[in-house]
Amino acid sequence: MAHLAVSDLHARYGTVDVLKGVSFSMKKGEVIGLVGPSGSGKSTVLRTLVGLTPASAGTVTINETVIDFSNAASVRLARDQMAIVFQQYNLFQNMSVLHNVTVAPTKIKKWPEAQVRQEAEKLLAMVGLADKLAAYPDQLSGGQQQRVAIARALALQPEILLLDEVTSALDPELVNEVLDTIRRLAGEGISMILVSHEMAFIREVADKVIFMDEGEVVEEAPPETMFDAPTTDRARDFFGKILRH
Amino acid sequence: MNYTFQYGVVWDNFDVLMEGAWLTFQLGVIAFGGGAIIGLVGAAIKTYGPRPLRLLVDTYVVFITNTPALIQIYFLYFGLPEVGLRWSNEACVLIGLILNAGAYLTMILRAGFLSVRKTELEAGQTLGFSLVQQIRYIIVPHIAKSVYPALANFFIVVLVMGTSIGALIGVDELTGQAINLSTINYRWLEYFSVVAALYVVLTFVASIGLALLGRWAFRVRARIF
Amino acid sequence: MERIIEQLPRFFTLDNMVLLAQSAGLTLAMTAMGCLIGFGLAFVLVYLRQTPGLWALPLRLVCIAYVEIFRRIPFIVVIYLVLFFIQTVTTDASLFTIAVIAICIYAVAYTADIIRGGIESVAQTQVEAATAMNFSRLRTMVTVVLPQAWPVIVPPAIAFAVSFIKDTALVSQIGVFELTFRGKELNNQGFSALLVFGTIAFCYFLMSFPLSMLGQYLEKRLGTPRGQRSARSIRNG
Repeated sequence: MAHLAVSDLHARYGTVDVLKGVSFSMKKGEVIGLVGPSGSGKSTVLRTLVGLTPASAGTVTINETVIDFSNAASVRLARDQMAIVFQQYNLFQNMSVLHNVTVAPTKIKKWPEAQVRQEAEKLLAMVGLADKLAAYPDQLSGGQQQRVAIARALALQPEILLLDEVTSALDPELVNEVLDTIRRLAGEGISMILVSHEMAFIREVADKVIFMDEGEVVEEAPPETMFDAPTTDRARDFFGKILRH
Repeated sequence: MNYTFQYGVVWDNFDVLMEGAWLTFQLGVIAFGGGAIIGLVGAAIKTYGPRPLRLLVDTYVVFITNTPALIQIYFLYFGLPEVGLRWSNEACVLIGLILNAGAYLTMILRAGFLSVRKTELEAGQTLGFSLVQQIRYIIVPHIAKSVYPALANFFIVVLVMGTSIGALIGVDELTGQAINLSTINYRWLEYFSVVAALYVVLTFVASIGLALLGRWAFRVRARIF
Repeated sequence: MERIIEQLPRFFTLDNMVLLAQSAGLTLAMTAMGCLIGFGLAFVLVYLRQTPGLWALPLRLVCIAYVEIFRRIPFIVVIYLVLFFIQTVTTDASLFTIAVIAICIYAVAYTADIIRGGIESVAQTQVEAATAMNFSRLRTMVTVVLPQAWPVIVPPAIAFAVSFIKDTALVSQIGVFELTFRGKELNNQGFSALLVFGTIAFCYFLMSFPLSMLGQYLEKRLGTPRGQRSARSIRNG
């Protein structure tokens, strides 16, 4: 049974159609790599899943529950089960690292504080920031902030982790520490949708690669097939340009 | 609330209110204009003048901006007769507002002056510009764009807050007329609600006019809201 | 000039000075109360102004209209309107109360824009992160936006309150025993206007200048990242 099923998803910014009928599904523990040129709508898919961009049509089903994006309670349910990590980390600037990770589980999910704190410290240790609990985001490097953002998302114990170009804003030398973290998460069997330009990394961790262009899913295939022998012209075009080096 | 609104009297005397509005506008323009000249001189002195003059301007600005305009006007209105000068109410208000506006405009224009790079002025100097010419041909065009929104906004302040103070010493601008008419008919709420609306209209018209002037003369996009 | 010198000992009596001090205190009290209450109400106004949904459009428009209208009406007109409006409802209200209400109404309109500016200065991405984690609009505002908007809001808000000290002079017109009213009284008693209003001006100066310097100091302190961190540590205790 599909863990997540997206069917004919449409979204628009004002008068522009950004998503024109996106469909795909995902099994529990799967890692999906979502790739494509800029403006193809990859980030919009993630944003729509957590209700940041309104969906104009289509359905999303998580674990048999259908999400109705026009219903606030339904959207809250979707957000309950999916956690997103942004390209710009978006840590709360007025809260310490630890507070950033604990605020949602304690205040929104209403889980007991002591437990949440313990979990948070474990997660932050896992991403290698055990010594930065009391630091504030403006005291950390981009790579460190992004790792906190990942810990913050994991603290919510989501069914699915959404990673939106999480290394694109980082200086090259900081990219690897974040990729290492994601690699470890993939190894632990966490369901993830990974929007990224890091093709080598996607090839390594993804179970399935989805290629999008101009708001549509153009091709869907396992990494070896997608990168070495894409079947559609557009995909071949794209990977030809990217993978020459 | 047991009060029956009777707006009839207000409409009957609307022309009187219009006269008041016209006086308000005139006072506002003259006060702002006079203040702008003082402001330009003051800003120039603060940027280029010798220390004693700068201190004088500073004292003037600090004192005016930390005391109420009403007190400044009372000082003139009640005080001038003591030194033998009997000026009209309107003159007292006007002088008071000009001096008041001059201090604030000195501050606004000084910020503009500071944004002009010294090199631009030096270029003017080598071309033989006097200080006045430098101000006129180099500084003013340069800062017009950045200073214009603040100036336009301050004009509205003078128009609304400044001129209405005149009512308290018997000047027949818009608020003054409202007081006059109300003491005759006792329809205070009606008159004042209409006058309030007139001020809103007056300021919107002025804002739009200033925005258009800004766009046409200085290519500045000033906000109306 | 000789007249002024002759009046000096009669003017600067202890009684007069105490009276002036009291009325100055009243001026400060009015300003503080009016601006604090107005500031609080302005928050509510700005929050309501952001209520999402088509059904809330009238509410949003009312909030916008309030600010745009009351920012364009002279304070003296507001004072008169409040005075006569309240007097049709009840005759028991004290002049002080009426003055504070008028100050409130005015302060709400002016500080609402300051608050909105502060809130809009917080990156929208902060709000998105909170929304994606199911934060309610109120919780986002209180725990994420306001703490970050604070350093942008406080300096202009203080500057507004300090400059309002001068505007309270207008309530002398309806008979509140504040500083300007005392000035007119003393002038009526025969003291030279130059002496009286010069002294009154100086009293206002003593109240306004140090406070505005304090405001500027706070602005500098809250503006630097180090300042913000110490502000944070003060807040988090």
